[in-house]
Amino acid sequence: MTARQLSKIAKRVGFWALIVLIMVYAVFPFYYAVITSLKPSSDLFRVELWPSTWDLSNYAQILTQASFLRAIFNSIVVAVSVVFIALLLGITASYALGRVRFRGRSTVLLVILGVSMFPQVAVLSGLFEVIRTLNLYNNPAGLILSYTIFTLPFTVWVLTTFMKQLPMELEEAAIMDGATPWVTITKVFLPLMWPAMATTGLLAFIAAWNEFLFALTFTLTDAQRTVPVAIALLSGGSAYELPWGPIMAASVIVTVPLVVLVIIFQRRIVSGLTAGAVKG
Amino acid sequence: MASVKLEKINKVFGRDHIIDDVDLEIGDGQFVVFVGPSGCGKSTLLRLIAGLESITDGDLRIDDTVVNDLPPRERGVGMVFQSYALYPHMTVYDNMAFGLKLAKQSDETINDRVMSTARILQLEGLLHRKPKALSGGQRQRVAMGRAMAREPRILLFDEPLSNLDASLRVQMRNEIARLHNRLGSTMIYVTHDQVEAMTLADKIVVLNGGHVEQVGSPQELYQRPATKFVAGFIGSPTMNFMPAQLLANDDHGCRVLAPGVGELALPQDASAQPQSAVLNIGVRPEHLRLAEPSGDNRFEIVNVEYLGNEVYVYLDPKEGDTLLIHRSEAPSQWEEGQHVALVPDTQHVHLFDDRGAALDLPAQRQAA
Repeated sequence: MTARQLSKIAKRVGFWALIVLIMVYAVFPFYYAVITSLKPSSDLFRVELWPSTWDLSNYAQILTQASFLRAIFNSIVVAVSVVFIALLLGITASYALGRVRFRGRSTVLLVILGVSMFPQVAVLSGLFEVIRTLNLYNNPAGLILSYTIFTLPFTVWVLTTFMKQLPMELEEAAIMDGATPWVTITKVFLPLMWPAMATTGLLAFIAAWNEFLFALTFTLTDAQRTVPVAIALLSGGSAYELPWGPIMAASVIVTVPLVVLVIIFQRRIVSGLTAGAVKG
Repeated sequence: MASVKLEKINKVFGRDHIIDDVDLEIGDGQFVVFVGPSGCGKSTLLRLIAGLESITDGDLRIDDTVVNDLPPRERGVGMVFQSYALYPHMTVYDNMAFGLKLAKQSDETINDRVMSTARILQLEGLLHRKPKALSGGQRQRVAMGRAMAREPRILLFDEPLSNLDASLRVQMRNEIARLHNRLGSTMIYVTHDQVEAMTLADKIVVLNGGHVEQVGSPQELYQRPATKFVAGFIGSPTMNFMPAQLLANDDHGCRVLAPGVGELALPQDASAQPQSAVLNIGVRPEHLRLAEPSGDNRFEIVNVEYLGNEVYVYLDPKEGDTLLIHRSEAPSQWEEGQHVALVPDTQHVHLFDDRGAALDLPAQRQAA
């Protein structure tokens, strides 16, 4: 075996070792959560990489809790509404910002970006006042409103970038065909913007689905809570016990929809994220 | 079918005066070509007619109605874009039907119109394909079909052939010419390619820096260019220009002295020019004869291009750096490095004053 072949093999081994390392780093916490959720509570603190006994009691316990099911329902309503509103406003705003020439366009874009720079905590008290004034406290609509505020800047930016890349002549062709701006957006641009919309929609969904701080602050009762808060507030048999098994089971349950969504949209996400990078 | 009339049309973008007082009449069924170098305003002028840009000043009439403030769909114009701009997610059929659907036509009308347009353009076999599954020439035809399906009164073409390769361009040029013969509709066509302009047009409009240099038939523009710009722009290879000093003026025309070439007696009337004015003579490559050098008239051949049917001989101009070109039928006796004398055919020499305007021929000659 020559030195060259040896170094080739060494490089290949090193490459795969690196991939395994990254995989473990990325996936292990989630893997351990899955393992933990499958253990009976007596085994909870025995460290093992493959559970010796399989036990679904944690799942049974969490799925029979009415408040948890209610929280999942609330989360779905909130996340879907946020995605829908953000995309609707995002598409129309990006048409204006990407296509219509007007004074102060870049200022508007910068302000939109600026809004998303504030940490959530900074606007928490102000937003609380807004929500109370609007009578939306302890109401999922309050969460929809506040999540949309934080989702829109990203949505508008990505969609505007994408919209700017659609050829001007395409819009002019639609104008010659007698299309109004609304028809142009819905019949010509929307079908071409699915990748960008899938990307931004999914990211908005994940953000809304996992959000904790606002959900904790703006809701009061079990019936209005979303999943992250519901999980955090799960209580055990006594005040001194954290129910790790059910918590892990609940976490796995709420992560599954995200994984499924990502798998469904993954091709579109990739093309959506790279679409802005190079000219096709 | 319709006539178009432009009256003192102006377009200003910010501080840039893109279109400057353009007057133009386009008759019913005419094929008019706007031609000029890039940035001359030809595309802007087309977009003003289409309604994609607003007119700053002046009146645009289609069939005697002022349409300045009408949106494109109410002007009855169809447009073919340079990049085709087909809707990528729609089939060929839907691309052509889109405008008709928006105009709320009945399904039967839509179907009839799309099918008859497809028949004219030989697109029947492609109706269910998406644009990405079409070749360049097919996309071009779909783009024309989409513009035609709504049966516009005027068809506008914005450099429609510039994305095609050379052989396909010649073929599509022919198809467009035949289409015009067949439909007889008014067409306005923008190009920077003077060959397209010459071959397609009933009437050529040469634009330069936002104003009209000359309007006329291809023959008029080639044989009687009104300005030095038009003379240099129309014709390939381009016209040769040389400075010349006015010597005398008489009843038969004038005499000028072209440095290196010698004294020429020309038929043009130079009586309006000042004594010993510096003029420019223009000679087309085919109107330049080469002879054995004599005295001062001695130019070096720097390159010879053999094109099969004809030969271009390039000569060192002595002054300036634009090579002089002589064109003759192949075969040619001339070789690189030889020295020759230039003998312009004085009946075909153009004469321009210092501002670039062509000097008139006497009236009787013009009539002949």
